[in-house]
Amino acid sequence: MAPPAVVARGLTKRFGDLTAVDGIDVTVAAGETFAFLGANGAGKTSAMRMIATVSPVTDGELSVLGLDPHHDGQVIRSRLGVVPQEDNLDLELTVRENLLVYGLYHGLPRTVIAHRIDDLLAFAQLEDKADAEVDALSGGMKRRLTIARALINEPDLVILDEPTTGLDPQARHVLWDRLHELRSRGVTLLLTTHYMDEAEQLADRLVVMDHGRIIAEGSPTDLIVEHVTREVLEVRFGTARQAESSDRLVALDLPEVESVEQLAERAIVYTRDAEATLDALGDHGLVPRGHLTRRATLEDVFLRLTGRQLVD
Amino acid sequence: MSAPTTTPRSVASPLRTTPLALLGAGRAHTLMYRNFLSARTHPMVFFGGFFEPVLYLFSLGVGLGALAPDIALGDGTTVSYVQFVAPAMLASSAMNGAVTEATFNIFFKLKFGKLYDAMLATPMTPMDVAVGEIGWSQARGAAYSAGFLVIMLAMGLTSGWTWPLALLATALIGLAFGAVGMAATTFMTSWKDFDLVQLVILPMFLFSGTLYPLSVYPGWLQVVARLSPLYHGTVLVRGLVLGQVTWSMLGNVAVLVVMAAVGLVVARRRLSTLLLT
Ligand SMILES: Nc1ncnc2c1ncn2[C@@H]1O[C@H](COP(=O)(O)OP(=O)(O)O)[C@@H](O)[C@H]1O
Ligand SMILES: [Mg+2]
Repeated sequence: MAPPAVVARGLTKRFGDLTAVDGIDVTVAAGETFAFLGANGAGKTSAMRMIATVSPVTDGELSVLGLDPHHDGQVIRSRLGVVPQEDNLDLELTVRENLLVYGLYHGLPRTVIAHRIDDLLAFAQLEDKADAEVDALSGGMKRRLTIARALINEPDLVILDEPTTGLDPQARHVLWDRLHELRSRGVTLLLTTHYMDEAEQLADRLVVMDHGRIIAEGSPTDLIVEHVTREVLEVRFGTARQAESSDRLVALDLPEVESVEQLAERAIVYTRDAEATLDALGDHGLVPRGHLTRRATLEDVFLRLTGRQLVD
Repeated sequence: MSAPTTTPRSVASPLRTTPLALLGAGRAHTLMYRNFLSARTHPMVFFGGFFEPVLYLFSLGVGLGALAPDIALGDGTTVSYVQFVAPAMLASSAMNGAVTEATFNIFFKLKFGKLYDAMLATPMTPMDVAVGEIGWSQARGAAYSAGFLVIMLAMGLTSGWTWPLALLATALIGLAFGAVGMAATTFMTSWKDFDLVQLVILPMFLFSGTLYPLSVYPGWLQVVARLSPLYHGTVLVRGLVLGQVTWSMLGNVAVLVVMAAVGLVVARRRLSTLLLT
């Protein structure tokens, strides 16, 4: 058995008085796709940077690929692929040269690099851009090149910090597709995101991070089952009546309703039976102006756990 | 993708025991190669600083030199003014190339390109980055110096047989100024700070025994001028170009070596402080 890709115990990062990562416990198994989900400032990047051995651990224990980041940083980095939150491609070089020099930084022989570049250009769907200046690429292409660059050393663990933030929906889907491909090849992926759909799409397991702490952990399905109901009813009563009506809704204390989140423009009702709940509301004279029945998502889990929405 | 193994695999290519590897900078050459690729597509940027010392050679050395008397060297021999000025311009060209690279280019890569962040995510270390950049700054200075030396040879401004060694001296000047330049750059926060670089470089260029011998100054000012690293570079290069080698030149070498070493250590430390937070 390969050792876990990452084991963290009480892992802590402080910047002066600010505690960015507050004693987290995480184990990422070899071969799994693991996500850190959290709002901006939750401490995701700080955690990733410690794992990538480019940020000293303030406190707690951390092992990456079975090795100690403090002593074996160079060896660990030779087996990591890193996609940072902000692209840091070499804008003075072409697409191909970016991959070449990155291979050289890794100490790989040129013949090996040349071989891999062709494969990676195909993987990243950038074959016709091979000799283009990086500056001229679209955001999605740059992101794919950054991922290709992270794969030049055939890493055992790939760390992706918000891989699709800022991309348009189509570019996001292309990228997800590439990540699924990596997953199916058995590469261990560790990613951060503040998109629920991304975590649900990609992650085998995830942790929800808030203010530097882990507030929930599990598979997307487990977390939904554990923290919310499978079905969700959203009801809108119109701006003027919303607050009063949703207060009344809560006061009804309907038997099939587990909980209610009251937002400014809508109430989110976690219920075992959305149809029955809607009928019951009608019986009590609470006919919503609009309603929506849907399956629960991780967005709901986050809302339940923190009382806040993840992306405003 | 290979499966993780329980025993740590050694860093991809085993580091050969080269002087650079012993320094902890076994991959520094890959950064120099990266800079070469960049310079290849942007050659005008690379050669931009070459012409300044050449212009001085012609305006001051040749032009003013027609009016200036010959200049007596330490051992009593005299040389024409242009012969006196040319080695100083050779030393300055090495300084110019190295300083331009180590300040403007490194600042851009550090603050805007995020280039070093990308490198430090690989097995590259801050020492690799510092040595690679200082080495490349030196290479840019060396390219200027070599070009300048060709002009001097064509004009018959060398004498004796030690002039090829002047290239080694300019390499040392490039290392010293590249290292201190890079160290200084790591403390800069905005482009405005580059005015300070000019504020240091220009007086140094004018008052380092470059355009006239230090002996024209009162004693205390001579002492001040000796603090200038370019003074030591100029003395070294002038001695080698004019075939007048003395033991005291070892002292000039030592000053530049110390400067290179201190600059390197500071630059490496600052890279860690700034980037590995
Ligand atoms: N280098 C740093 N110096 C000081 N504070 C930092 C630094 N990096 C991050 N922080 C702070 O740590 C907290 C967590 O940030 P970060 O890890 O970037 O969160 P996330 O990636 O989840 O958005 C934030 O409050 C941020 O301002
Ligand atoms: Mg972040």
